[in-house]
Amino acid sequence: MIVSVASGKGGTGKTTVAASLATIWDRPLVAVDLDVEEPNLHLFLRPNLEESEAAHMEVPVVDASRCTFCGACSELCQFKAICAMGKLILTFPEMCHGCGGCIALCPEKALSPGTRELGEINRGRAGTIGFLMGRLRVGEAMSPPFMRLVKAKLNEMIAQSARDAIIDAPPGVSCPAVNAVIDTDLILLVTEPTPFGFYDFRLAWEAFSPLGKPMGAVVNRAGLGTDDLYRFCRDKGLPILTEIPFDRAIAEAYARGRVIAEVSPRLKETFVSLRDEIRDLAERSRPGEAAHA
Amino acid sequence: MREIVIISGKGGTGKTSLTGAFAHLAANKVVCDLDVDAPDLHLLLRPVREREERFLSGYEARIDGERCTGCGVCASLCRFDAIREGERGYTVDPIRCEGCKVCVAFCPAEAIRFELRHCGHWYVSSTRFGPMVHAQLFPGAENSGRLVMVLKQQARELATAKGLDLVLCDGAPGIGCPVISSLSGTHLAVAVTEPTPSGRHDLERVADLCRHFQVAFAVIINKHDLNQDEASRIEAYCRERDYPVLARLPHDPIITRAMIQGLVVTELPEAAFSRELTSTWARIEALMNGIG
Repeated sequence: MIVSVASGKGGTGKTTVAASLATIWDRPLVAVDLDVEEPNLHLFLRPNLEESEAAHMEVPVVDASRCTFCGACSELCQFKAICAMGKLILTFPEMCHGCGGCIALCPEKALSPGTRELGEINRGRAGTIGFLMGRLRVGEAMSPPFMRLVKAKLNEMIAQSARDAIIDAPPGVSCPAVNAVIDTDLILLVTEPTPFGFYDFRLAWEAFSPLGKPMGAVVNRAGLGTDDLYRFCRDKGLPILTEIPFDRAIAEAYARGRVIAEVSPRLKETFVSLRDEIRDLAERSRPGEAAHA
Repeated sequence: MREIVIISGKGGTGKTSLTGAFAHLAANKVVCDLDVDAPDLHLLLRPVREREERFLSGYEARIDGERCTGCGVCASLCRFDAIREGERGYTVDPIRCEGCKVCVAFCPAEAIRFELRHCGHWYVSSTRFGPMVHAQLFPGAENSGRLVMVLKQQARELATAKGLDLVLCDGAPGIGCPVISSLSGTHLAVAVTEPTPSGRHDLERVADLCRHFQVAFAVIINKHDLNQDEASRIEAYCRERDYPVLARLPHDPIITRAMIQGLVVTELPEAAFSRELTSTWARIEALMNGIG
């Protein structure tokens, strides 16, 4: 089972929940940081990083001696990554989305695949937990193609030896967030009952609902804010799987880099029952829903 | 005209709450919410919309089932795994479609249409603190960077038309495409951080990003009292890099109390927090004047 931990609003406790679930998970697991712009999971799980590799995306390289300046490539490119101007052909690799269209199209075979570095993929272990993280290169704008490479690595790891995965997703509800959850079995939405938390939670629910995946909410900082969130979940039939109380001691433990499931037996119990709730929800959603889809 | 963007790297550090307070304190400005993906500033400023525009950006492919011969060339060329063969032949998954046009160009039956994508809306509004430019990307949509550029352009034009000399922007979390767009043409980036391992880590990455794009950078440490050691590490980092620390603000539930009332924190009476923010804003103005 692959569980993604997403949120809408940033700073609601995604990484806290992902790290806590990982430490109490009782089956073989890989914890994955797909918040590639600002990865933080390693700060809490503190893995030994054993492997690091640069990840690249395909971009076109021009062989000027073959180019006839027909302009077909520049006409096709939707991202202004290749431009024909008279007897000049310019590429802007940082604009390229890696669709490969120009290379496939060029009638003179004047374009060949080159690369642009997107970031670095790290692998390691935190005790018995496998660990995988993508770190976007600072200055790189496109996280989705890089996230696809990290996900390919995850699939490779799961193919080598079967295990569950917990994915720490980026905040927001646009392409990077959707990319993080789209191939997972269940989405956990972490939120807080404040007006900002609720507004972004609703956006996340709207963005992820069309994916047809089971979803459950985790209410962090419960006791802070209003009832709107609870009413919304009731109306939409969205189960609240657990609540974590608003407590300065928890915020301070987090600020010291602690995994909060390890702060007290009671918090540990919270995450153990969250784990069971997640499995129940996945189980309940499995048979009927899939047959109709 | 000056332009400031409030960013953070990490989400949830208090960026929007502080931007709201600065919108209250600053004179002669246009406020602009560049977090088009999960915008929250309107919950504090309660804008009244005066103009609404559709944001059309990029394209998506759509297969015409009548003309499709089922050859599968499109699916074999798609790098985004967006074309699948199902019971009803080949279809494009709009969520995965990147809008690259490769399938359209190579379809031998010319069976794929390429349609402009409606990604969201943007607005020009009025608020109790002056004009505001903001947007809402449809949940799950793309091209947030382009929408950020549209908003900045609109905010600048509005400021010029109204004779205002400041554009105050609330940015998005992260360091990717919308954040990079929000930095273009900006005079000063103010990062709101918190003394946690994630806060410091993400601050360093967003600082590197600003250095990469040569944007002046200053720091506000919010929730300063959560972890003194981590706060000291952030201060040391800022000293080393010569980043001004504009404020050290306490972890104060007053921020949430204001939010629940749809107010910015400086509108609540008698708050020590507000006095702190008033001097913070004065420091930001002084810094901006120094940048020239």
